[in-house]
Amino acid sequence: MQPLTFRKLLFHCLLLLIILFLVVVVALKFGAVPVSLYALGRDLLRVVLGQSSQMSSDYGLIIQNIRLPRIILGILVGASLSVAGTSFQALLRNPLADPYVLGVSSGAALGAIFALIAEPHLTLPPVFAALLTPLCAFLGAAATITAVYFLGRREGQIDSTTLLLGGVITASFLSAIITFLMSTVNSGNTRGMVFWLMGNLSTSFQKSTYWFLAAGFVAATGVIYASANDLNLLLSGEKEAMHLGVDVRRVRFVVYIAASLLTGLAVSVSGAVGYVGLIVPHVMRLIYGSDHRTLIPAAALGGAIAVVIADTLARIVVAPSELAVGAVTAVAGAPLFIYLLRRRPA
Amino acid sequence: MSPGRSTASPRTPPESARLSTEIRLAVEQVSYAYSANPTQAPLFTLEATSFQARPGEIVAILGPNASGKSTLLQLIAGVLQPLSGRILLNGFVIHSLSPRNRAQRIAMVQQESRLLFPARVWEFVLQGRHAHGRSLRFESSDDILITQNALAQVGAAALSDRLMDQISGGEKQRVILARAIAQQPLLLLLDEPTLHLDIAAQVGLLDALRRLSAQNRYTVVVVTHELNLAAEYADQILLMQSGRCLRVGPPALIYQRELLEQVFQVPLKVEMRGHGRPRVTILSDS
Repeated sequence: MQPLTFRKLLFHCLLLLIILFLVVVVALKFGAVPVSLYALGRDLLRVVLGQSSQMSSDYGLIIQNIRLPRIILGILVGASLSVAGTSFQALLRNPLADPYVLGVSSGAALGAIFALIAEPHLTLPPVFAALLTPLCAFLGAAATITAVYFLGRREGQIDSTTLLLGGVITASFLSAIITFLMSTVNSGNTRGMVFWLMGNLSTSFQKSTYWFLAAGFVAATGVIYASANDLNLLLSGEKEAMHLGVDVRRVRFVVYIAASLLTGLAVSVSGAVGYVGLIVPHVMRLIYGSDHRTLIPAAALGGAIAVVIADTLARIVVAPSELAVGAVTAVAGAPLFIYLLRRRPA
Repeated sequence: MSPGRSTASPRTPPESARLSTEIRLAVEQVSYAYSANPTQAPLFTLEATSFQARPGEIVAILGPNASGKSTLLQLIAGVLQPLSGRILLNGFVIHSLSPRNRAQRIAMVQQESRLLFPARVWEFVLQGRHAHGRSLRFESSDDILITQNALAQVGAAALSDRLMDQISGGEKQRVILARAIAQQPLLLLLDEPTLHLDIAAQVGLLDALRRLSAQNRYTVVVVTHELNLAAEYADQILLMQSGRCLRVGPPALIYQRELLEQVFQVPLKVEMRGHGRPRVTILSDS
């Protein structure tokens, strides 16, 4: 009998943090302009110490203004999608639930596109205008998970196969609407179709956007983490959880909202990057078990690591051109999905 | 809780008499109706039912399928809200307690549901401690002690590190009982705990249950199909038929041939034995 202690949790997280740091350094090194590891380490230290003005000017700019923001975006998107996937899996009692597979990402993308189309026609103060896209993406995500949840119910119970089919069909339907909108609405500020359907980290944003994303991630993940023990009990069924003292209705509501928010935030800046919420929680469960007190932070860090690696691959595999990061995650995720689906007890 | 106390006893002090006069569970004129659609006539109703149970007492709810046994148990568990009447546990209306407060007082042993991810036996039993303490926390040494104690009380201490899907049905049922004990409840509810168990495991489980209810002074309510096991182990029998509670009383009063034949629709024979524990034999038509 070895229950989880705070020290053990800290140790796991520290290990993953170190791996994330190493991955970030490697990701910074790769690109059109070669940078030595030594120079990288020195510059990273300066960024951390807040002395970025002292960076040697030739590649300091590339690192600070091009590669690092993209990596930070990857970290936030990966962590958000992975925590969202972990939450959906616990709530729906289905290890195959993932924001992309369930169509939640497509719903968020559609919401974001609506916002981008509507924004020029509305006269909003700039603060609200910036918030409109993530807000609509969140609403799109929340509406989709609600719809898929009810599609997946049969006789008051979530039926796993119906749920997955419902999600896949919803995703396909929403993607069709996205394709239709992108083909008919000729608007300068809506990014390309591939961006929304496959996901892409190449867009650069204002500094405040990164802070907004980070704050949203911390808030939503914190809310989910506060229910970590409740989610553990929910794994053995809603009725059982109720008898063990879980306020099932409250936990379900709060965690669905928070997970939709995470999906909405990620999709509004990167489009629908798929399978991160499926692969990462699966791998983390194999390593750390299914206790959500460890699984949630591990999934967040693991998701960050996975997306940064995937995006680095997306940048270098077909250089000087580049792939959509969603293509890389789908190449890894789709076979794993099939494998899990086949292995699952009927 | 103070570490000096025996670790899995409920909050009431032990008394010398097995049954006290104190009423712990009071079901007062409780009724319920279930309908899929509020505008339609209810598909199922439970007519006003009343009974009382004391600490250390075992109450068995008997009846054929769809007689309302499980519905009554869910009402007592506080998961369903009665249409009328009320259910009191030590004077508190059960349904108005928060899920957390309820789980500190009422434990439910249900048919095992399939686990999504493999869990160790001790992890499973530790879940019983969830309602005691803050929601997000790390288990205290008290929790560990209570978990070990609960496993020992059902004779499953050796299973502690096994995986839940690698133990037998009888072992699993005892582990589920251990989780309920770890909740340190006042009221222990069991929904057909002996289903799918072989005879030795059935008797083992019910012996454990009787010993525990006497030791820890749980009030036990058990739903079962097993007429003879109920007669052997229960202090009170609640006989139900199509949403109605026909009779409440000790086994010797309830086990009458005409009554049981009418409820269960089979010819049977009832033998009364010395200590007020009747025995039922089902007679085949031939």
